[in-house]
Amino acid sequence: MTSREKILQQIKLNKPAETPLPGITRFDSLYESTEAKFVETLTAIYTEVIVVKDYAELLAKAEELYASVTNRASTIPALSSWTDFSLNDPDPHALELIEIAILQAEFGVAENGAVWISENHLAHRALPFITQNLAFVIPRNAIVNNMHDAYERLVETTGWGCFISGPSKTADIEQSLVIGAHGARSLVIFLIEEP
Amino acid sequence: MSKTIIEHSAASEVFNRDEPYVDWHDETLWFVRQKRDKSSKLLPEWEQLREAASGIKNYVLSHMDELLVAFEEKAKANGVHVHWAADAAEHNEIVLNLLKQRNIDRMVKSKSMLTEECHMNEFLTKNGIEVIDTDLGERIVQLRNEPPSHIVLPAIHLKKKDIGDLFHEHLGTEAGATDPQYLTEAARQHLRDKFLTRRAALTGVNFAIAETGGFVVSTNEGNADMGAHLADIHIASMGFEKIIPKQRDLAVFLRLLARSATGQPITTYSSHFKKPRAGQEMHLIIVDNGRTTQLGRADFRNSLKCIRCGACMNTCPVYRRSGGHSYHNAVAGPIGSILAPNLDMTKNADLPFASTLCGSCSNVCPVKIDIHDQLYKWRQVLVKGGHVPQAKELGIKAMSVVLSQPRFYQWSGKLGRSLMRTIPFVVNNGMNPWFKQREMPEPPKESFRDWYIRNRKA
Repeated sequence: MTSREKILQQIKLNKPAETPLPGITRFDSLYESTEAKFVETLTAIYTEVIVVKDYAELLAKAEELYASVTNRASTIPALSSWTDFSLNDPDPHALELIEIAILQAEFGVAENGAVWISENHLAHRALPFITQNLAFVIPRNAIVNNMHDAYERLVETTGWGCFISGPSKTADIEQSLVIGAHGARSLVIFLIEEP
Repeated sequence: MSKTIIEHSAASEVFNRDEPYVDWHDETLWFVRQKRDKSSKLLPEWEQLREAASGIKNYVLSHMDELLVAFEEKAKANGVHVHWAADAAEHNEIVLNLLKQRNIDRMVKSKSMLTEECHMNEFLTKNGIEVIDTDLGERIVQLRNEPPSHIVLPAIHLKKKDIGDLFHEHLGTEAGATDPQYLTEAARQHLRDKFLTRRAALTGVNFAIAETGGFVVSTNEGNADMGAHLADIHIASMGFEKIIPKQRDLAVFLRLLARSATGQPITTYSSHFKKPRAGQEMHLIIVDNGRTTQLGRADFRNSLKCIRCGACMNTCPVYRRSGGHSYHNAVAGPIGSILAPNLDMTKNADLPFASTLCGSCSNVCPVKIDIHDQLYKWRQVLVKGGHVPQAKELGIKAMSVVLSQPRFYQWSGKLGRSLMRTIPFVVNNGMNPWFKQREMPEPPKESFRDWYIRNRKA
């Protein structure tokens, strides 16, 4: 008998009597303003939220914020003039040099400041982690209240996706919070009004 | 492992020698517990969420086989290789073979308590594979050649000076440096090099979803993703109880997990893996290692609902004042003490006694495991099975003699009170375990019984 058969057989023998699924597993979060809650949550985790009108304003903002930085990458066509680092190399190790990446993401979650990014908008899974600094762009109207709402949007998922909430961090040394463990050292979220 | 096991009480005694240190350890964990309280109270539906999570996990326990089969089918269709391991040895062999077949002798690993339980690092090292733990806390304890002392905060037992000295020795940081920012930066540089040069990455699994065949890995540092997305082969190891039915159930669990663990509303990264990236291999190992046995123990099967948040440790007055290593098990604290006897009753017979049965663990558990009830029930099983040292068994027997005979009990009480008054050194000395770290109370002049009889008459 294989281990698979052995394990499944033992489970069948040992599992408890059938229990049904619980009735209520979804809850609503009511905020006066979903966006205000999103911004408040992110501010508490060292993340700046910037509202821009359109891609032209985003480009202007990017040029202003990251003027002195080299190795700039983006998945957003409107920012191509701003970038100086190509994402065409299929080897993710090549991304190691990137200082700042501005990436299209899908939506945000007000209760925890998480932003969903997936292969819909990303050729390299490693990119949001390996870049030294990170910025997401999401439509201003694409913020849901809580995780229950979030998963309602995620019925069809791609091969990989991630909720990212704030910059990388650790408190493993005497519970002192340090930003920039292995992933991005900083995170900015652009809310775009006319995507 | 061939290391001799020191009983929890003896190990705690060593831990308690340095009083300011123990106070610091106690307060640090209590601070984490308070963050959990604050965060949970921001959600009016918190108790209902716990109820929902508990209900989903109960469903999982009773449909475990079907869910695993459905998960496997979906995962395979997604291009993931699925392996099954009956025990720790088989799990470790699978990992070793996957690496050997590809001529890989170096691997990065993100946090996985299961691989601690399987003692995988020791096994792979013996077989010529270098394993680098990439979670900062885990890297710290790995460099010190010790296991994590907490499932979420692996180096919580260390002061920054210890880490400064360690990094000075291993990573070449300045002697005497203790700034957490500086030390973390040194670890970032050190580990980035490992991420970029290792072809294999192993991660744990927080949740595996039967509906999609995908799995979720949560970290704050980003180390699981850094490893997995840069490696040619990603191996994910999971105990089979990590399965949940639907993707939407993740909402319930992710809302509870980080809030219970550290008070954060969610971890920085909640990575949803479903298919390997182009050119990459993804392997998933489903491990039993005693879980089917635990599933068959009606009184203890609920322990398999655990989502490894660590809240029961942070709140436990015994854990906070004895440290994770005293539990000599991969998972320490209250939850570890109900999981460990299933793995080895003789070795772990002391653990269910490392509790005051105050019930705080059960009250903070996000999936409502009856932890303190199970600790109590394990004690009965272990004593009946003859796994408890004779001294303890004799003590319990003597107590039962006294407590079952009212007259003898009254006489013993009177004797005790008068001894404490007249010759206090009989109890106020190091021989009496109750005297350690505390003063004995002033003995009352009369027993409650005497007082009651007197006042009833009046």
